[in-house]
Amino acid sequence: MPLVDIRDLKVAFDGVQVLHGIDLTIEKGEAVGLVGESGCGKSVTWLAALGLLPKKAAISGHVMLGKDDLVIASQRHLESIRGRRIAMIFQDPSSSLNPVIRVGRQIEEAVRLHRGLTGQAARAEARRLLELVEMPDAGRRLDNYPHEFSGGQNQRAMIAMALAGNPDLLIADEPTTALDATIQAQILDLLARLRAETGMAVVFISHDLGAVSEICERVCVMYAGRIVEQCPTAALFRSPRHPYTRGLFGAIPRLDGGRERLTPVEGTVPQPGMLPKGCAFSPRCGHITDECLTSPPVLSKLEGHRAVACFHPVSDEASAHSSKKSAKVRSELELI
Amino acid sequence: MLAFLLTRTFRALITIILVVTFAFVVLRMSGDPAQIIMGPDAPPEAIAAFRTNWGLDDPIWQQYLRYFGAIMRGDLGVSMRDGQSAIQLVAERIPATLQLTIPALILKLALGIPAGIYAALHRNSLIDRMVMAGAIAGFTMPSFVLGLILVLIFSVTLGWLPSGGQDSWAHAILPILTMSIGGAGILARFSRSAMIEVLGQPYIRTASAKGVAWARVVRGHALPNAAIPVVTIVGFMVGSLVAGAVVVESVFSWPGVGRLLVVAVSNRDLAVVQCILLLVAATMVASNFAVDLLYGFLDPRLRNNQAKA
Amino acid sequence: MNSAFLAAENLVKTYTSRRGPFSTATAVRAVDRVSLSLARATTLGIVGESGSGKSTTGRLVLGLEQPTEGTVSFDGNRMPQEKTNEWRGLRARMQLVYQDPLAALDRRLTVGVQIGEPLQIHAMGSAEERKARVAELMKAVGLRADQAERYPHELSGGQRQRVVIARAIACNPELLVCDEAVSALDVSIQAQVVNLLRDLQEERGIAMIFISHDLKVVRNISDRVAVMYLGRIVEEASSDEIFRRPLHPYTQALVSSVPVAGTALKQRIILQGEPPNPAARPTGCAFHPRCRHAIARCRSETPELLSIETGRSVACHLMGSAPITEASGRTM
Repeated sequence: MPLVDIRDLKVAFDGVQVLHGIDLTIEKGEAVGLVGESGCGKSVTWLAALGLLPKKAAISGHVMLGKDDLVIASQRHLESIRGRRIAMIFQDPSSSLNPVIRVGRQIEEAVRLHRGLTGQAARAEARRLLELVEMPDAGRRLDNYPHEFSGGQNQRAMIAMALAGNPDLLIADEPTTALDATIQAQILDLLARLRAETGMAVVFISHDLGAVSEICERVCVMYAGRIVEQCPTAALFRSPRHPYTRGLFGAIPRLDGGRERLTPVEGTVPQPGMLPKGCAFSPRCGHITDECLTSPPVLSKLEGHRAVACFHPVSDEASAHSSKKSAKVRSELELI
Repeated sequence: MLAFLLTRTFRALITIILVVTFAFVVLRMSGDPAQIIMGPDAPPEAIAAFRTNWGLDDPIWQQYLRYFGAIMRGDLGVSMRDGQSAIQLVAERIPATLQLTIPALILKLALGIPAGIYAALHRNSLIDRMVMAGAIAGFTMPSFVLGLILVLIFSVTLGWLPSGGQDSWAHAILPILTMSIGGAGILARFSRSAMIEVLGQPYIRTASAKGVAWARVVRGHALPNAAIPVVTIVGFMVGSLVAGAVVVESVFSWPGVGRLLVVAVSNRDLAVVQCILLLVAATMVASNFAVDLLYGFLDPRLRNNQAKA
Repeated sequence: MNSAFLAAENLVKTYTSRRGPFSTATAVRAVDRVSLSLARATTLGIVGESGSGKSTTGRLVLGLEQPTEGTVSFDGNRMPQEKTNEWRGLRARMQLVYQDPLAALDRRLTVGVQIGEPLQIHAMGSAEERKARVAELMKAVGLRADQAERYPHELSGGQRQRVVIARAIACNPELLVCDEAVSALDVSIQAQVVNLLRDLQEERGIAMIFISHDLKVVRNISDRVAVMYLGRIVEEASSDEIFRRPLHPYTQALVSSVPVAGTALKQRIILQGEPPNPAARPTGCAFHPRCRHAIARCRSETPELLSIETGRSVACHLMGSAPITEASGRTM
């Protein structure tokens, strides 16, 4: 039985649908990447699952955590799940911590809620958690406020807080995007280590395919409120099947090889509420047929734990041989 | 911290000097005190004698220096009208004013802040809209109009409450109500917008995401942050405790500092006016100072700046 | 050096920060003896983390800020004094594009008007000619002519950045400084704008300084790359070389920190500590507290930026004695 099973999750704001039926399972201890551009619904999926969206959001479908359906769960029940079963950290660590409360107290609050510890015991546990996330001089820094920390240190504090409840699943929503390059590497390294030590599952939400591939075994690519491709990480980089995934690979500049022109995905992401009738990617896609313009393709299983939502998925051979770019993807995989 | 205190004291002194100078200039530009106090029918010799007596014949800058020097020595002069000490005249009136303004302040806080917070928590609901409509009506209506309406309803029509004077507690009810409603409206609006702003911050989502119950998120995480902008407004209200009742005291014939000011201004009674203005400036400066200290208490980001300033 | 189209010699920019009226001012060196040169139709990339002084360097070479020390020369002439007529004349020849297009645009004016604004300011052509030029510019950056009537908020982020670029190239500038110009854009759109900049450079021979924290984009667009750390250039080389074989330990860590699909985490150099604060600069080599190779000399003596091979300079004491090989840099 999977840890979390999301079935046909839909979200609409003021009648505008932004999530068009997400199906996603997370197994125990697994690391799954959720990749896509801004507005594709990757964060909304998990904010909806945890009931953290504003009240005006209309949510339907199922988010099964064991036998519980979180979509219909009471507020009180959700509160008992957040932080304890499923914890979440966010993009901008400096504004994600309360500016007027000492960092130590914010961690202690989570410790008190999930472990029932108070007073000195809670403080000692908060200190242990800060040490676990490699905060230098943890004991003294408990009494600091978030503005006295750097961005990277704030993200460490957020992670410490998320670990307080020993969650089964950590949702990391763009946790490194706002940080400097060398600090990003530190945080990614920390997340990978903590996952190995605690055995918790991780969902890593990011626009950065590279960062996702470093810690996730499986990647879901999202576009305009749908998962368009789902695949084990290595296979995705070897042979992307959805034209959008392929487009993304072409658009990302490389750190090796030549410096020729990039191959952008032409056009722009359609606005929610103004989606084309058929496949949402059809206006930007190179190989459309009538079918693509009539109804949106569903995510269907392919070989080897893969799934793609496309009427004409790029074939393995085509994606492996047709362009110089995929040749480079392959040469890169030989480095692994 | 010492540097912070020094800076603040220095700024307070400058503010008070400016207020004193302003009072002098405005009152002297707007009419001849001798003529006004002695009345239009006074014989020219009497007016001349009054002038010599009060030094009104000297060049204006000499008068200013003398006036300023006296203030520096703590001598606020005597009323030109009846020769009583200005300080004493003003001090006698303070309790009456406070009898109105303190209950009014409490009422403003007790009504405005909870209403604003409630409206923010139930944004766009019917109650939110009603609170906001009430708040806007409350603070856009001039207090003399509001006062008259209340008199019309509760004194004239219903006959429940007296319309003026200071004989009993019942006399204070209408003036207090009149003063509170506008301020409560302002506070409701401010607390609502401060609260809405704070509720949209990422750290509120963080608190929810870690499993804190909503009521505790509001109390423990949102309110301390939303309090910071609201304190500014409350500070302003505290600052006007002594002299914020000019209109209402006039409408309800309440013998407080405000009415004294109106009378003193129309008489060009320089000493009394300046004494009141000094008092106003001092309370404003003091409450501002208190607000700044409170900021430091509420917001650790400012505390650091204060310590380093 | 002096024959270069744009040359900066020993630029220093010091800011004084004062906490309050009674405290003493402290000087912060945002840029510290930076020299660089740029030929026409080429791009210099500047990379670095927050506090590295890369944006300040960009503003200094444009003459938007006055250096505390050092000189900038543009097309063989020294940068004139700020706010003089010569200085204003140069504005049309050099332009800045920065990260946030919404902040750079006036939300009350249509984008057509805003693209034509520089032409108006520098009194180029008649009203009719300007209108034709705006249409031409919009076409050049891939916007439709009918979008001239739109307001900034009616366009997407990528389209807005195109508007800013169209406005920047309106007067045919010879130098373009892009400060994180594509950082806020989604990858698929980012590639469109990067290509646009490359095409414009090819067509018009624009010299470009491309400042970004995104190493992949910098590599793609730049001919040469300078790496900055705490106000100084620590390494400068051709774009191909510097990423293939980074020599300075900081460059090595920076290049290694870029997540590349398929590279496992454990192969990477992970720097300890935080990006340093310019107000509390370490002694000697500013990088030594985070450097795995630091020796005693690094603590006391600041390394100079020295040319170690043709077209390549590095500021590191270890370069002279024991070269840092790629192998030793990858041992973690």
